[in-house]
Amino acid sequence: MTLIRLTGVTKTFPPSSKDGAPVVAVDDVSLTVAAGDVCGIIGYSGAGKSTVLRLVNALETPTAGTVEIDGRDITRLRERELRALRGDIGMIFQQFNLFDSRTVAKNVAYPLEVARRPRAEIAARVDELLRFVGLADKAGSYPEQLSGGQKQRVGIARALATSPRILLADEATSALDPDTTQEVLALLKRVNDELGVTILVITHEMDVIRTLADRVVVMEDGRIIESGDVFDVLSSPQHAATRRFVASIIEDVPSGAQLRTLRDRHPGRIVTLQIGDGGQIGADGAGSATQADVFAALAAHGVRFELVHGGINDIRGRVFGHLTLALAGEPDAVQQAIDAVSAFAPLIEEDARG
Amino acid sequence: MDRLIDLLPDLWEATAETLYVVSLSLVFGGIAGLFVGLALYATRPGSLFPNRFLFGTLNVVVNFFRPIPFVILLAAVQPLARAVGIPGIGPVFGIFAITIASLFAISRIVEQNLLTVRPGVIEAARATGASRSRILLRLLPREALGPLILGYTFIVVALVDMTAIAGAVAAGGLGEFAIVYGFKQFNPWVTWAAVLVIIVIVQVVQFLGNALARRVLRR
Repeated sequence: MTLIRLTGVTKTFPPSSKDGAPVVAVDDVSLTVAAGDVCGIIGYSGAGKSTVLRLVNALETPTAGTVEIDGRDITRLRERELRALRGDIGMIFQQFNLFDSRTVAKNVAYPLEVARRPRAEIAARVDELLRFVGLADKAGSYPEQLSGGQKQRVGIARALATSPRILLADEATSALDPDTTQEVLALLKRVNDELGVTILVITHEMDVIRTLADRVVVMEDGRIIESGDVFDVLSSPQHAATRRFVASIIEDVPSGAQLRTLRDRHPGRIVTLQIGDGGQIGADGAGSATQADVFAALAAHGVRFELVHGGINDIRGRVFGHLTLALAGEPDAVQQAIDAVSAFAPLIEEDARG
Repeated sequence: MDRLIDLLPDLWEATAETLYVVSLSLVFGGIAGLFVGLALYATRPGSLFPNRFLFGTLNVVVNFFRPIPFVILLAAVQPLARAVGIPGIGPVFGIFAITIASLFAISRIVEQNLLTVRPGVIEAARATGASRSRILLRLLPREALGPLILGYTFIVVALVDMTAIAGAVAAGGLGEFAIVYGFKQFNPWVTWAAVLVIIVIVQVVQFLGNALARRVLRR
């Protein structure tokens, strides 16, 4: 079931200077997020992902197009209805944005106060949420007494206070160190798994997408340039920008200096093969070859080989990767082996030499 | 010196008058300034209730009144006071004039302190479904309370100063005491006594303001 649907959404901001051109932050974006999914939007800063996020809880209104939450077009709602809608959508931020004048418990209570819940119910709910995020002992502390990771956990508890169905995460881990990032991502995973909350995250870190998301949307200059299942996009990125993001976490194909070093060290031919778990790779890809298939085929042609570079990536239980092999043997046999292997395992790159 | 001792009862009375004028001016000017400050903050472009016309008008009005030296404003608002049934001299007129003068200074202080609240905090509150007026009237003043207290403390000191100047139109208080019994009768001891009391008042106010702000800011 589709919970969030953006159709042909464009958002234009007035020019910053008098004679400047209007800024098109989001340009004809359409996307859907199914209930219970984690959807990640990745892009460099200025790609428009922040604006997309704010269109979902109507902190921004689109210049054109429609935004539907649970089948209801929210672009025409009045202020009062929008406030009710926002109660069903939690949001967390890169800079946490906690209320400094309020204790941890009072921060978490704020959305419930806004929703005019009875005092006893608020107290019980705050207690429950603080235990869920592991900060029950910090209820009376003030934000300035917390570490970054703790602050974000308070932010998550606050965002979940009214039991929303949707959680929007705006670069939620970008201000955190790697360990704390993993801790917060694990918590968000629990929010999705245990509470069934649909999560829309925006980030410029591919690692966040790999750890958390089911689906990924890649944005550049206000447009969606690629989207799909996380495994498909990571294993077979189509667009140059997507490949750069993927390369930031997966470096299993040698290039540049690495490749020159390999050439110097190994005579004969060097090939890089894409391998997988036998299942389909890429949205329109064919079945993938397993390592066993590749090694068996090479051995059958009497070719000696050495594994000189590569990596196997486990993404959401599926496997893909690249192996770079240095092949030695009779040139004819090597050629036959390469032909045989490339028939079922895509040959990504070949350095034919010598 | 003997003259001063004779005048001590008058000094205490003048002190009480000063405190009376300062507190009432603070209440009226403080409340009016708070609302004008909130309006300035709220109507500025990109804020909670952006309104170019209202913001521009308020800005011009505040900028118009603020640079007028108080001693001149005092004379200038006399006809206005009489028009609303307030005598043109005396403590009540003092309160009237000081309220007008302080309201514009206070509104700027309120506006500037509200601007120190990070926009992200407002966004977070809006994302919870809080109404804009709830954020403006309840959340923001609380988030900016520490600096607001320091700002108001600063203003109280300025009010004591203005009260003394208002002594020139018989508004009572230590200013009038110093002018009538000290300056005009060539008795520096009397003037210095008034100065000393004013210094004590200012110190006490500043101490209380600092202590309160420290408590609110938890440092």
